[in-house]
Amino acid sequence: MNEAINLNRLRDPAFTEEVEAHSGQKVSTCYQCGNCTAGCPAGFVYDMQVNQIMRAVQLGLKDAVLDSRSIWMCLSCSTCSQRCPNNIDVAGVMETLRHMARKEGRVAVPKVEKFWFSFLDTVRTFGRTHEIGTMALYMMRSLRVFTDVDLAPEALKKGKLGLKPHILPGGAGPVTRIFTRYKERAKREGVRP
Amino acid sequence: MNFAYYPGCSARGSSKDYEMSTQAVCKALDMRLVDIPDWNCCGSTPAHAVDTELSAALCVRNLDIAAQQKAEVLLTPCPSCLSNLRMAAKRMENPAFRSRVDELLDGPSAKEFPPVTSVMQGIAAQMDMGAITARVRQSLKGLKLVAYYGCLMSRPAEVMNFGDPENPTLMEEMMSACGAEMLDFPLKTACCGASFGIPERPMTAKNSGRILELATRLGADAIVVACPLCQMNLDLRQDQASAAMDTKFRMPVLYFTQMMGIAFDLPEKELGLNKLCVSADGLIRKLGELRREEAAKPAEQKAKAAEGGR
Repeated sequence: MNEAINLNRLRDPAFTEEVEAHSGQKVSTCYQCGNCTAGCPAGFVYDMQVNQIMRAVQLGLKDAVLDSRSIWMCLSCSTCSQRCPNNIDVAGVMETLRHMARKEGRVAVPKVEKFWFSFLDTVRTFGRTHEIGTMALYMMRSLRVFTDVDLAPEALKKGKLGLKPHILPGGAGPVTRIFTRYKERAKREGVRP
Repeated sequence: MNFAYYPGCSARGSSKDYEMSTQAVCKALDMRLVDIPDWNCCGSTPAHAVDTELSAALCVRNLDIAAQQKAEVLLTPCPSCLSNLRMAAKRMENPAFRSRVDELLDGPSAKEFPPVTSVMQGIAAQMDMGAITARVRQSLKGLKLVAYYGCLMSRPAEVMNFGDPENPTLMEEMMSACGAEMLDFPLKTACCGASFGIPERPMTAKNSGRILELATRLGADAIVVACPLCQMNLDLRQDQASAAMDTKFRMPVLYFTQMMGIAFDLPEKELGLNKLCVSADGLIRKLGELRREEAAKPAEQKAKAAEGGR
């Protein structure tokens, strides 16, 4: 993060406004105290620390922010929001940035998104989460076939992994329809669902 | 008394023991938990990480069912479900948001939803700590425990409404009411690494490792939790956390309901203790020895101990 940034070329002032409008947060009030970064449990895997992200949003550095790995690695624990002296919901801003990046098809850490959709696809199909199904889909999509195989024997022995999915008593229809309408609307609005 | 209940998906899978012990403890306290019919997944983190309106639609379908049941309050054991359901209800106060969410549902949602609260707060609202102490049959006196809340129970503060967002104390109060000695635990609201155990193992292993390390160094007999994902990360993934910290942890991680069940002397079978990966057998043995020692003391000391312990 120490290379020179040519601000005139890279700044997109509309981006700052867009982030503030979508998140409902005044990012402009951030004065770089660093409390968010100091308390962040995910900072050790970030490429830009969360205070740097806040500064980059103020400067309108859209590409740097939306292509960062950090917005995908955020744990949503809200420690940053809790400790912000200016009452910025920093975790909310991170989530907004992730939504904006996704809608544009910018996915800096695909394995994280693959995990989310492996989870959500079981919800769409059965109406409730299916833990083994989520794992199987994730292994297939990420090609990381040995993910957590060390845990499987113990989890199975303890009867903690339901082999059969739990389908809603009346069928998963109402939940499947939520996902269908969500996808159709995203398509109509020209964004990536 | 009956309570509308949203178990959440993990109650049917990875946190069966939380569900069993929740049911057993609530029954012992005369609280009957009745599942709302046809409930669906709240979407958990993946849904809100992907889209706020999708997440809200999944939650609102459940809130709607609870509203149709005319529930006064909806209880859930899972902090992630609780957080999602509450966030959705709050966002639905915005008419523009509401109409976008209603578009995703089969029909318009109820105008008002019943409030949602955690089983832990539900118990505390029903009875004071003295009533919990009165139900204790086997005091936890002599056990040193740490209460670990994780991120979601107290944050965001204005939605979760759970006391000091970085120093909640309800679990300590409940465990103390059962006789346990509660150690100060500075990482009580730190993050365990949440669902990143699957896509990014070091994230969860290191964060959970830090929590296990501190609890071990403080000399805790067990960590007491209230969240299925925290429990899984600290218990099922304890060997992964050990590897990340270059050590070998051996720390039992029990749900607060399992610990209360032990204090109420409910059958172990009903508490799902056999589902813990790091066995609680040592803890149960220690507790048995403590109580036997106490019983063997001369009568006058015994009277004193009973007074202090219960």
